[in-house]
Amino acid sequence: MRVRLRFTKYGKIRFTSHRDVARMWERAFRRADLPLAYSIGFSPRPKVSFGLALPTGAESDAEYLDIELDPLRTADDFEPSGLPARLSPMLPVGIDVTAVAPVESGADSLQHQITSCRWELAVTGVTEDELGVLITTALAADSLVIARERKGQTSEDDVRPAIVSATPIEAVDGYPALACVLATQPRTLRPAELLAALAGGVEEVRVRRTHQWITSRDGAPREPLPADATDAPLAPTLERVS
Amino acid sequence: MTSLWPRIEPLLAKVQKPARYIGCEDGAQQPVHGPHKVAWLLVYPDAYEIGLPNQGLQILYELLNERDDAVAERSYAPWTDLEALLRARGVPLFSVDTHRAAGDFDLIAFNLSAELVYTNLLNCIDLAGTPVRAAERGPEHPLIAAGGHCTFNPEPLADFVDLFVIGDGEEVIAEITEVVGDWKRSGRTPGSRQGVLRELSKVPGVYVPSMYDVEYDGARLASITPKYNDVPARVEKRTIADLGAWPYPKSQLVPVTEVVHDRLNVEIFRGCTRGCRFCQAGMITRPVRERPAAQVQQMVSDGLKRTGYDEVALTSLSSADYSGIDQVVGGIINDPSCSGQVSVSLPSLRVDAYTVGIASEIAKVRRTGLTFAPEGGTWRMRQVISKLIREEDLYGAVDSAFSQGWQRVKLYFLTGLPTETDEDTLGIAELARQCVAVGRKHSNRVNVVASVGGFVPKAQTPFQWFGQNTAEELRRKINLLRDATRKERGVSLKWHDPKATMAEGIASRGDRRIGAVIEDVWRHGGTFQEWSEFFDLQLWEDAMARQGLSIDWYVHRHREADEVLPWDHISAGLHKDFLWGDWEDALAEAGTPDCRWTPCYDCGACTGYGIEHRVASATPPAGGSQGTGQDLSTGGAVPVQLLPRAGAGAPRS
Ligand code: SF4
Repeated sequence: MRVRLRFTKYGKIRFTSHRDVARMWERAFRRADLPLAYSIGFSPRPKVSFGLALPTGAESDAEYLDIELDPLRTADDFEPSGLPARLSPMLPVGIDVTAVAPVESGADSLQHQITSCRWELAVTGVTEDELGVLITTALAADSLVIARERKGQTSEDDVRPAIVSATPIEAVDGYPALACVLATQPRTLRPAELLAALAGGVEEVRVRRTHQWITSRDGAPREPLPADATDAPLAPTLERVS
Repeated sequence: MTSLWPRIEPLLAKVQKPARYIGCEDGAQQPVHGPHKVAWLLVYPDAYEIGLPNQGLQILYELLNERDDAVAERSYAPWTDLEALLRARGVPLFSVDTHRAAGDFDLIAFNLSAELVYTNLLNCIDLAGTPVRAAERGPEHPLIAAGGHCTFNPEPLADFVDLFVIGDGEEVIAEITEVVGDWKRSGRTPGSRQGVLRELSKVPGVYVPSMYDVEYDGARLASITPKYNDVPARVEKRTIADLGAWPYPKSQLVPVTEVVHDRLNVEIFRGCTRGCRFCQAGMITRPVRERPAAQVQQMVSDGLKRTGYDEVALTSLSSADYSGIDQVVGGIINDPSCSGQVSVSLPSLRVDAYTVGIASEIAKVRRTGLTFAPEGGTWRMRQVISKLIREEDLYGAVDSAFSQGWQRVKLYFLTGLPTETDEDTLGIAELARQCVAVGRKHSNRVNVVASVGGFVPKAQTPFQWFGQNTAEELRRKINLLRDATRKERGVSLKWHDPKATMAEGIASRGDRRIGAVIEDVWRHGGTFQEWSEFFDLQLWEDAMARQGLSIDWYVHRHREADEVLPWDHISAGLHKDFLWGDWEDALAEAGTPDCRWTPCYDCGACTGYGIEHRVASATPPAGGSQGTGQDLSTGGAVPVQLLPRAGAGAPRS
């Protein structure tokens, strides 16, 4: 059985990397004694697949993870809806499972399904008004070429097509802020790269991913979980460190 | 209650690996400070990923936080990028638990496991906003403490550290907490710092360097004597008699980011009596104290359940020597709750086929490389250092490893050992070559890595009198080995930088005058000296020259029999005449047996303290030569005897 989980990354723990989070999950699955399916081979690995990496230091309302359960070891009456309560206590403060749903075994991987992400960015280096002007100018441009680096290779790319939307929002802790939807296909546009494209010396202070979208057949964006996914309320005792 | 987090947080977006500074480990505590609680900041003066797994620090962290009259938090040396930001913004060193300023603690206690971190210790004291020199501190400053293996020669740090803890820390921290608690409650009034230090100097196992006068006779050290008659002339180490009484850490910290040894670690015994003469850890931690097997099993199963780790290391100085190691290991891998997915590692493998058998049993899950430490290239050399491994033992171990599917074997060696000839050095290449030949019987792709380190003589060992090889001489020996292995298919040679070996030599047997050198290196930017990207020999040479001290005199000179050594007033229990006799035996190429299985030869470590070995079985386990050079493959059935000695020196009994 394949199950998809949605989880958060808030507070101090946001300074851990994507790989760090993967290791926390592996330990959490073992602590919760979940009957994960294992790959075959010399060093069997649990079948877990993560979605798009979140930049180190960014917070998130919506991270996703798929796990494959071993049918032979899974009880007949196993209920995925019990997973958030079982897993959240095994994870560090700030990482909480907020929704869960079974997905079809043949479904595409998260990495392939996601087409865009929505972000909220608090920035410094500009006033709110200046930020508004920079956004309007950028959206009006036909092309926005920036130099960006990936795997040690620098390339000049037009990132304008990857900006699905961008709009100023209410300031966060006194910092000017914007919300944006950035494409992840064919290539991911990162929040830091959007700020580079805005130019004007805008620097990020806070980055939060609020949604990851997949494009459904009718072209409308939707969450990579079925509409009837079990929403788990956040644990009331969760202390928000920052 | 002031957390520096709001000032630290914005800096973390600008540094590499910010997760080093957030705490958040499973098992981390958020202690509540108060006027009746002595606040300890436990610092490992190296990068977080090196320091976090340190078991000694974690044990004290738990013990202190269990007390009603103490709290403990942790800190690690900030990497250079964060340090620059902290200094630029005026943010002090902080704890990772509640992000509290280091200067708010009553004690800042450092764990010292290697000499090259000494400059980091100074840097951390400075970042805490405390004067680096003890003499300049007032009652408003925290007390600076240090413990760990390096404190068996505390003198190079005597000017900077208020109190050293010698030996096991489990018990003595209680006594220190009580003395410091009185000082805290009395309001830390002006002038009171001297008083609390004087009280601390009376606690057994505590050395307060400012309570001693040091006299020199020209370049030579003449004496180190207490200033007051209630201060001990000689500080004896502390030893916990029974490891079973201390099942710690109970909640090993599980980091949220990558660290070394990222696994469950369970200490199965402390101490080692194999008697390797180069090994300071073995000499200063005698006698052997095994943890009861049932407790080991319990700590492993509780630990795995709590942490979610799938690997456990059974740690000690020579884990295969634990009585009934095979049963313990078997118990873990056959434990149904581990469902066959837990791997066990023995970080220090003994060199014999029997041990490899255990290793293959436990490495079912993952099989990378196996590491052995023959240390010396010839039997003669190994007799000198008392590492009595026969070639047959090594080849048997290697054969067993390659036949069971391992492709890579790593061999650790030292070069620059006492009496070492070029033949001994080249013996390293020969052993590696023979190991490849053994492996070829099983596979054509076998690889043997010979890893060669330069020998640094350490305090409180039989080699403490030996003049260390110069960097040039070590370089020459490494070159000999490079030439000898260049054309050997299957042999790869790795070596440690001889320059770093030299700097380590300055710090390891230095006296109080070396303090100025450490401070000089630090003031010239020399932090993280154990990291090759930051190590700079020039800083050390310049510092020695500026202080008018001779590298040759401190590092390369043989000490004389009647010389006062800078650590003579610190005792690991070992009689100086035992050490000298063992040094003479070394020169006579005669090994010393393991007193766990042979009669006591009264080194002093038990006899002086009224304690003894705590081992479940007084007969040697099966396998290997057990430090006697004899074939003991059937275990306790064979009586252990000393080999006849080559040359002079009758065996002491
Ligand atoms: S006192 Fe005797 S038994 Fe104890 S460590 Fe020394 S030699 Fe061994």
